[in-house]
Amino acid sequence: MSFAWAKQYEPKSAFTKWVDEKLPVPRLVYNAVGAGYPVPRNLNYMWNFGVLAGFCLVLQIVTGVVLAMHYAANTEVAFGTVEHIMRNVNYGWMMRYAHANGASFFFIVIYLHIFRGLFYSSYKAPREMIWLLGVVIFLLLMATAFMGYVLPWGQMSFWGAKVITGLFGAIPFIGEPLQIWLVGGYAPDNAALNRFFSLHFLLPFVTAGVVILHIWALHIPGSSNPTGVEVKKESDTVPFHPYYTAKDGFGLGIFLILFTFMVFFLPNTLGHPDNYVEANPLSTPALIVPEWYFYPFYAILRAFTGDLTIPFTGIVLIEAKLLGVIAMFGSILVWFFLPWLDKSPVRSGHYRPLFNKFFWLGLMPCMGALFYLGGAKPEEPYIVLSQIFTAYYFLHFLVILPIISQIEVPKPLPFSITEAVLGSDDKPGSSTGGGTHPKPKDAVKDLPGRDPDGSLQPAE
Amino acid sequence: MTIRLASIIVGLALTAVLVLWSLAPGLLNFALPEDPPYYAYQEENIQPAGGFVFEGPLGTWDEQQLQRGYQVYKEVCSACHSLKYVAFRNLEQLGYNEAEVRAEAANWNVPGIDPLTGEATTRPATPTDYFPSPYPNDVAARAANNNAIPPDLSLMTKARKDGTHYVYSLLLGYNEPDPEDVAKSPDFETPAGLYFNEYFYNINIAMPPQLYPDLITYSDGTEATPEQMAEDVTAFLTWTAEPSLVERKQTGWFVIGFLFFATILAFLSYKQVWAGLKPKKT
Repeated sequence: MSFAWAKQYEPKSAFTKWVDEKLPVPRLVYNAVGAGYPVPRNLNYMWNFGVLAGFCLVLQIVTGVVLAMHYAANTEVAFGTVEHIMRNVNYGWMMRYAHANGASFFFIVIYLHIFRGLFYSSYKAPREMIWLLGVVIFLLLMATAFMGYVLPWGQMSFWGAKVITGLFGAIPFIGEPLQIWLVGGYAPDNAALNRFFSLHFLLPFVTAGVVILHIWALHIPGSSNPTGVEVKKESDTVPFHPYYTAKDGFGLGIFLILFTFMVFFLPNTLGHPDNYVEANPLSTPALIVPEWYFYPFYAILRAFTGDLTIPFTGIVLIEAKLLGVIAMFGSILVWFFLPWLDKSPVRSGHYRPLFNKFFWLGLMPCMGALFYLGGAKPEEPYIVLSQIFTAYYFLHFLVILPIISQIEVPKPLPFSITEAVLGSDDKPGSSTGGGTHPKPKDAVKDLPGRDPDGSLQPAE
Repeated sequence: MTIRLASIIVGLALTAVLVLWSLAPGLLNFALPEDPPYYAYQEENIQPAGGFVFEGPLGTWDEQQLQRGYQVYKEVCSACHSLKYVAFRNLEQLGYNEAEVRAEAANWNVPGIDPLTGEATTRPATPTDYFPSPYPNDVAARAANNNAIPPDLSLMTKARKDGTHYVYSLLLGYNEPDPEDVAKSPDFETPAGLYFNEYFYNINIAMPPQLYPDLITYSDGTEATPEQMAEDVTAFLTWTAEPSLVERKQTGWFVIGFLFFATILAFLSYKQVWAGLKPKKT
């Protein structure tokens, strides 16, 4: 692990010593989420969402595996087997509502986790790889959630699948054959339902693998923190266990109260009534919308209403549909480039006055508006509004962020995390973080990508 | 530096395409949606005075009401509407005992096979059978109903927005059209074979009005007003859509109560663990 003062795992009993020699899994856990992982002492509640996202993944896998025992992926019976789960399987209604609302809560947690990363610039060196893997996880989750929503084979399942798979048809030349190959026919049918079920079962485990890489990459530089100042010495950190296991336990309790409230009292509020009508390819719903967590991206997709033409000639260069598809995928792919677009040496938004303004007065209202507009009817004024906010979304990441990182004068940073927490450094008794074990004096092992003085101070 | 320059160029280009080819033409032709020239349906549903007994976090079933609602379904709705996800054994939840369910099931005929000849025939239902459909197939359903298929009612209160109130409103919504609204919408008419119902999104519904005073004679002696029958059958259909409704809410109270207790303990242990790290106030 990264810091020289990290506690070492010491097996006590003969059995744990035996295990530690053969396969040191307890040591791995101890170093990953136990006392062997030193974490900045100043993390706020926004740092709870990583653990909560991991909890959501486990929750979805456990409830999903149980549901799969009673479900059948066949268009003739799929809708009926879901009703069978709701009516005949013991506590099947609880499993299904937990799984359906679990997906929504997974995305709530993930969005908070992502926007925490955006505000505190957690994507900056030396943590680029954590961020890149995180975007991969987000893409995997979107694919998994989309395919899961198709499985009940209700009206919105079918028509949502038809709209989203139809996007591939917008690709020039290869679009139509590609779409037919992906769907297994001209429209979603049994072939599509079967492969969606297969992939919906597979992808969570792929996600779990990438999550392990995500955590591995995190443990090389260690966790970021709200000041953005890197850990310098032992008093800046506390061991993950018991300090953050206790804090995450409290956060998990709050999360579970909100989650179970939805499951037991408002289980269908986040869903769509049309999905309690069995899929009917001959009857189109009045308004086709995806699940709420895709609304921002759906708004971006629908924002492009005009073909890109050469003026006055009528020659179409790119069709509107393809522009929308490019923009929708681009809106997430742009996150892959963030670590290199935002070159400000200061991480935390608290010390970046200009960035702070654009984040809270620009990006956050923009995301809120896109969340609303993605679920709105395709009529004015929603179309014009979604075009304005889509434009801002791309300007924010591609233009505003690179420019402000160049011209901004950051506020002075605290010297260290300890100073940020206690007001002044080196007070007697302030160095409580490491517990009682022998301390190597103020030693920081050099990390790749880190300045020699151990922090990234702004040039003044 | 190169990447940021490239990003600024890409960002400006994409925005230019969006603004010049999508937003600008849209703004030139910008028109807010006008009030539709057609007779708009009533989106605000009505509900019985005092609401339904099963609503709210503490609501429970009224078995008497569910049994009356079942009687309305059986004597009125079941002529055209199926209930394919509900089995006769489920009626035990309505307060009938096993023998009563067996006797009730035997009143219904379900498709069967003659054990001697193997020909398709019908037989009395048993508790494990599901409610039979009134029509052999969709074509027959259309033929008998002026080209409209009566939908299955098992999930109706979950398959519509605000479903429980919607079903209640629809059953009582066969009013006269508002003359003022009719004057405002020149295209409004109710074609032959359809019926005006202001809660139906299409305004004109293929289902004729069903509930008339004293249409049925309740076995428990309740007066069969249209409002009473609508309330009872809506309660019954809410039960068919979500048989676990009451069990779910009761489980919820227990789970959330436990979680509150556990979360308070978690909060106290969090404070306890961190107590030694708090900055000393001087």
